[in-house]
Amino acid sequence: MPLIVKLLAQRIALGLILLLLVSGLIFVGTMILPGDVAQSILGQSATPEALENLRAELGLNDPPLQRYIQWLGGAMTGDLGTALTSGADITASIAKRLSNTLFLAFWAAIIAVPLAIFLGLLAVRFKDRWPDKLISAVTLASISIPEFLIGYVLMYLIAVKLRWFPSVAMINDSMSLGDKLSAIALPVTVLTLVVLAHMMRMTRAAILNVMQSAYIETAELKGLNGFQVIFRHAFPNAIAPIVNVVMLNLAYLVVGVVVIEVVFVYPGMGQYLVDHVSKRDVPVVQACGLIFAAVYIGLNMVADVVAILSNPRLRHPK
Amino acid sequence: MSEPLLKVRGLKIGATVYPPGEKPHDIDIVHGVDFDVQKGKVLGLIGESGAGKSTIGLASMAYGRGGVKITGGEVWVNGRDIMQSGLGDIRKLRGGEVTYVSQSAAASFNPAKKIIDQVVEAAVEQNKFSRKEAEDRARVLFDKLGLPDPQNIGDRFPHQVSGGQLQRCMTALALCPEPDLVVFDEPTTALDVTTQIDVLMAIKEAIRDTGVAALYITHDLAVVAQVSDDIMVLRHGNMVEYGPVDQIINHPQEEYTQALVSVRSIDHEEKAPSGDPVLSVRNITARYKGTQFDVLHNVNVDLYPGQTLAVVGESGSGKSTLARVITGLLPPREGEIEFAGRTLSSDLAGRSPEDLRELQMIYQMADVAMNPRQTVGTIIGRPLEFYFGMKGAEKRKRIIELLDEIELGEDFIDRYPAELSGGQKQRVCIARALAAKPKMIICDEVTSALDPLVADGILKLLLQLQKIEDVAFLFITHDLATVRAISDSIAVMYQGKVQRYGGKNQVLSPPFDDYTDLLLSSVPEMRLGWLEEVIANRKMESAGN
Repeated sequence: MPLIVKLLAQRIALGLILLLLVSGLIFVGTMILPGDVAQSILGQSATPEALENLRAELGLNDPPLQRYIQWLGGAMTGDLGTALTSGADITASIAKRLSNTLFLAFWAAIIAVPLAIFLGLLAVRFKDRWPDKLISAVTLASISIPEFLIGYVLMYLIAVKLRWFPSVAMINDSMSLGDKLSAIALPVTVLTLVVLAHMMRMTRAAILNVMQSAYIETAELKGLNGFQVIFRHAFPNAIAPIVNVVMLNLAYLVVGVVVIEVVFVYPGMGQYLVDHVSKRDVPVVQACGLIFAAVYIGLNMVADVVAILSNPRLRHPK
Repeated sequence: MSEPLLKVRGLKIGATVYPPGEKPHDIDIVHGVDFDVQKGKVLGLIGESGAGKSTIGLASMAYGRGGVKITGGEVWVNGRDIMQSGLGDIRKLRGGEVTYVSQSAAASFNPAKKIIDQVVEAAVEQNKFSRKEAEDRARVLFDKLGLPDPQNIGDRFPHQVSGGQLQRCMTALALCPEPDLVVFDEPTTALDVTTQIDVLMAIKEAIRDTGVAALYITHDLAVVAQVSDDIMVLRHGNMVEYGPVDQIINHPQEEYTQALVSVRSIDHEEKAPSGDPVLSVRNITARYKGTQFDVLHNVNVDLYPGQTLAVVGESGSGKSTLARVITGLLPPREGEIEFAGRTLSSDLAGRSPEDLRELQMIYQMADVAMNPRQTVGTIIGRPLEFYFGMKGAEKRKRIIELLDEIELGEDFIDRYPAELSGGQKQRVCIARALAAKPKMIICDEVTSALDPLVADGILKLLLQLQKIEDVAFLFITHDLATVRAISDSIAVMYQGKVQRYGGKNQVLSPPFDDYTDLLLSSVPEMRLGWLEEVIANRKMESAGN
């Protein structure tokens, strides 16, 4: 078997094993949380008999291992169970929320990733001159300010004062794409500002590192101009670290948007999770945790696969 | 005479340096150099490291590495002063009129792109040829440079061809845009001698056939004598001597040039083996962990007290692996090492402090073999403490003795490695090895990173110390001139086997086996016409077969 196939298979298998371990961790973690679902559903005045009946009905008295296997088996077949509080099917409610979160993350990524890489290249081209310093200063400032603060400031300036975009990012199926985009303009802007700096600085560092190589000198001595040298000769060798940081930030866009969703009242996974944590609805929390973990592990796996594929020594063995 | 292709007048080059603990300041690297290169002629620039030869070569492309700047003078290419040209004109010059071949093609090719794309890039970018024409041209050049499968080799990636082949691809890269001038910057220095001769031949023929002019930069006078029409000798950024190649090689005027020409003049008589060997390598077969093939096959050599055994071979021949086995870093699969009458544990952990003390090592890179934050006194004093428990005045006295032996003197005791030159650093490493009062020292390419004159000094010192201390050297090298200068016996290694072994005179006298013959005949000799002779001989031999 070619080395590259072996490495890819290993990496993917590792990702799956990791996901399995994390699912166990999520299950154990939610098990040891204090509190009792039956108690919180029925309230303080419930009789011990009623509590006992409800627990039996919810399957809370079964041995943990059995419940884990049931849960995992269900999750793998797309059945995440029913919410304890509302009795609603979790898979159906999450699908809706997840698609909203992915919609937001998608548009944030579409803007942030190319912009970050472009700014990174620009910073390299004008290294230590004013464009580089300006880009660094602005992106560092934007990452240093807490995201909720940026959110509220933008809301005040753009939504309240200028009235360009709505302050609350409510979307539903009946809206056109244009309306939806207008609704999410503010959260997308905030998310872009939050993830931009990290990706841009990593792009800059990775390319600057490559720019020290002897083959960059060769390219310069061919009479290529600055951008040609960076695009053709430096960038292809800096893909692996750049993709790595891009994937980390994409993962953040999906799993880390809780605060932004709450600030802009956006109907995504984050809000859904926060609602159900406060209600101690364990199956929902578990399902959200599992999906977040899968997204995170999956995107990192993609980064590693791209890194392996971008290595010419592995792609074209001797 | 017509207007020269390249005319350099009063060229001054400076750089900003950032020494630790001091304010950054500007220094001059080249202090005003004049020379001409006529169309189709080759000028050799020669000198030791720091002489400014690469800097001058790159200046002909208006390029400065790192913080290097051209601070004065004129550089005329094709009748234009490129110092007065705008950036756009300079870009047309680079890769169009003047191209560059670097020392390490392996580092100078972009690992992510196919060879052909890189070879034709300048020609296409400078609108000299269409992509199609440039590719055809590249294939013709690949063929001319003796590369295998010239039609398809360009479709490979740089890591898929050998070092010597890649160096030839780099030459094709430089010749593809049909430049007027090529700057060859030590193009064969990183290659093995048997590979070097092929590349040298290819370069020489390519220069002759294309009629391109060249600046040929090297520290090896014997190499430059084969390809140049004129030679300029440089030292510390100044011109020492400049003239036709015949004059420089056969009638050097300046003392420094004479020293360069007569370097490696050490006359060392072979000593006959006496007494019991201090080291006996018995039937050693070894492989690296996790690999499926042996890198050493049944190696047997002996080293006698107070003598030098030179282990010579090309990269990959197993000579450094042999050192790893002897020092215990790589336990062999079979065989054993006898040292001073006892059998050494194959594993480093199983050796006694006495074993460790009596077997010392000196490395190629003196730089990285010393802790940069320790003074010379601390570095040499460490083995004195460790093996002999010396302290205070007694230790200091011994350190000064050792410093005297390596011809450095007492005032070096408080200096840091960064304050020493390359040769001085290697001397400190020698003193550190001697401090343990060893019976034997393994010298692994100890002069390879040094300039010829400095290397010569180190070899003389080693011979002198051998007489005083009666220590045996196992001397690993790829350089046959060094072998001649220092050895009593020689082991020629090839593909993990000892190809030829015996006393120096016997090994270096005919009849030779094929490999030793190839190796010996590939070492450049400092006389005109040597390369042509070897080429003619080899063509005759291959025609005869």
